[in-house]
Amino acid sequence: MAVVERDATTGSAATGTSRPAAARPLAVNRLFASIAGWDWLSKAWWTCLSVGLFAGIWELCWAMGWADPQLLPPPHIFLSNFGEQGKFFNTATRWQVGNSMEGPSAFESVMITVAATTMRVFVGLVLASVLAIGIGVAVRYWHVFDKLVLPTVTLLSPVSPIAWLPVAIFLFGIGNAPAIFMVVVALFFHMVLATIAQIDGVSPNLINVARTMGASKRQIYGRVIVPAILPGMLQVLRMNLFGAWMVVLVAESTGVGYGMGQVIMLARNTFNPSLVFFTIAVIGVLGFAFDWLLRLAQRRILYWLPDTQEKLRGL
Amino acid sequence: MASDSAPHFSSRDAVVCRGVGKTWAAGTRRAHEALRDVDLDIAPGEFVVFLGPSGCGKSTLLYLVAGLEEATDGRIAAFGDPVEAPSPERSLIFQETSLFPWLTVWQNVSFGLSIRGVGIEERKQIARQALQRVGLAEAMDKRPDELSGGMRQRVAVARALAMRPKVLLMDEPFAALDVQTRSRMQDFLLDVWRDSGASILFVTHHIDEAVALADRVVIFTARPGRIKTIVPISIPRPRDPFSPQCEALRKELTELLRAEVDRAFAEQEALADAV
Repeated sequence: MAVVERDATTGSAATGTSRPAAARPLAVNRLFASIAGWDWLSKAWWTCLSVGLFAGIWELCWAMGWADPQLLPPPHIFLSNFGEQGKFFNTATRWQVGNSMEGPSAFESVMITVAATTMRVFVGLVLASVLAIGIGVAVRYWHVFDKLVLPTVTLLSPVSPIAWLPVAIFLFGIGNAPAIFMVVVALFFHMVLATIAQIDGVSPNLINVARTMGASKRQIYGRVIVPAILPGMLQVLRMNLFGAWMVVLVAESTGVGYGMGQVIMLARNTFNPSLVFFTIAVIGVLGFAFDWLLRLAQRRILYWLPDTQEKLRGL
Repeated sequence: MASDSAPHFSSRDAVVCRGVGKTWAAGTRRAHEALRDVDLDIAPGEFVVFLGPSGCGKSTLLYLVAGLEEATDGRIAAFGDPVEAPSPERSLIFQETSLFPWLTVWQNVSFGLSIRGVGIEERKQIARQALQRVGLAEAMDKRPDELSGGMRQRVAVARALAMRPKVLLMDEPFAALDVQTRSRMQDFLLDVWRDSGASILFVTHHIDEAVALADRVVIFTARPGRIKTIVPISIPRPRDPFSPQCEALRKELTELLRAEVDRAFAEQEALADAV
């Protein structure tokens, strides 16, 4: 059919939008192309530059004497003495061993603390997502459920996680459970509302197509609505990932015994700004890594989404 | 006993509308009458184009025939049976792409079959046949975002054909395409229509499209949508758009439509003033 070729050429002409690139000088173009070939390397380079710039300004403030090293110690101070800093993470086992001078090495105790906190974030995030997506879909699926549940969810969603803290302790005492509960409760209500918003945003055309094909309500939800909201839900998950990291520290700073939040509390009580910044740096790296992993998963799971980032760069 | 209360529909007609009306948000303050008192018979294998100003309710009528919306007045029947719910026999093709972006082309085409529980081998077979009919057999394993707008609409047509519909409902299917692609798509649609033997109800606001395609052109009045007149076209296909007959027809349709467009404009302005 002649139709095919005709369309194929117009299609490729439409996708090849290289106009903004042509406006740039040739040498710059070549530079961009070479960078694009080493995509991950250039990303790593920019990340280092971004962090380096921030640290550099801080160091400069210290060198000029504007930043008091007692209050705002620059990175080279709070990162230099890893062993000394790591010792404070030994709260990790103090309550188990009963002697702060024994137990794991500095590096080990940092790792134990990091692993404990990460586990709480991860478990909380997974629980909150599964619950929220389930309840969100159920709210739209069953009208009665909507009427019964949605008002309560909406009522509770503006409550700050801080307010749930005593509840967490009443219910779960100390240990992992209250910290995980805090993460779940901080994310759950927002994620339910986000799920509902995503469902409402599904193109009615897609639903109508399924309807004219004779799909049942269950099939429409299972085979159209759930895949259609996946991209948005992963976006919501990414946004909430940071929320989970924030709230887990609050939870840990109280009854939990060990974790990053405990270290921050210790640093606060012993007036140790270096330790605070050290912990902040560790949390930053962890959050960054989590986000990166999630983006990777996103690209794997949502293979059908085009990369819109590229389009914006051409503006 | 049913024959007394229910009006008699001829089972020979593909679609029968009797006194069909639709009011959106009926009974509320935002109630707005989209369609009033539409009587229309469409024969099997007939190509009917709905032409009218924007917002005249022609798409609404299509949704009613599809069974996606319920008429507030009157009755609609397809092949003698009253329309109560959507059916694969009456496939609807939308203006915007309505392909599922997470499925490949062939999975999209066989979506309706998988809903029915047809096995994967048979589905693939039927999808391949349907795609061959729209000239896209080699795009089986592509994803929708790898296709051009025209190709995507052809896939949508293939998806409808895979269900072997008796009525194809098309809601400005080519409106988003450029002029050259659109005229190609019109030729293509005529081929598909001839092969399939289905009736086509085609909504457009392009007079050229009506001239190129229709057996009959149904012209709608502006709000509420009513049938103003039905213009039969007897020009044999393929039609040369620049032939004197087509020119005359285009002029006639333009005249008929102009009054309605003017009225729709005047009403919209009045509405804007009121707000």
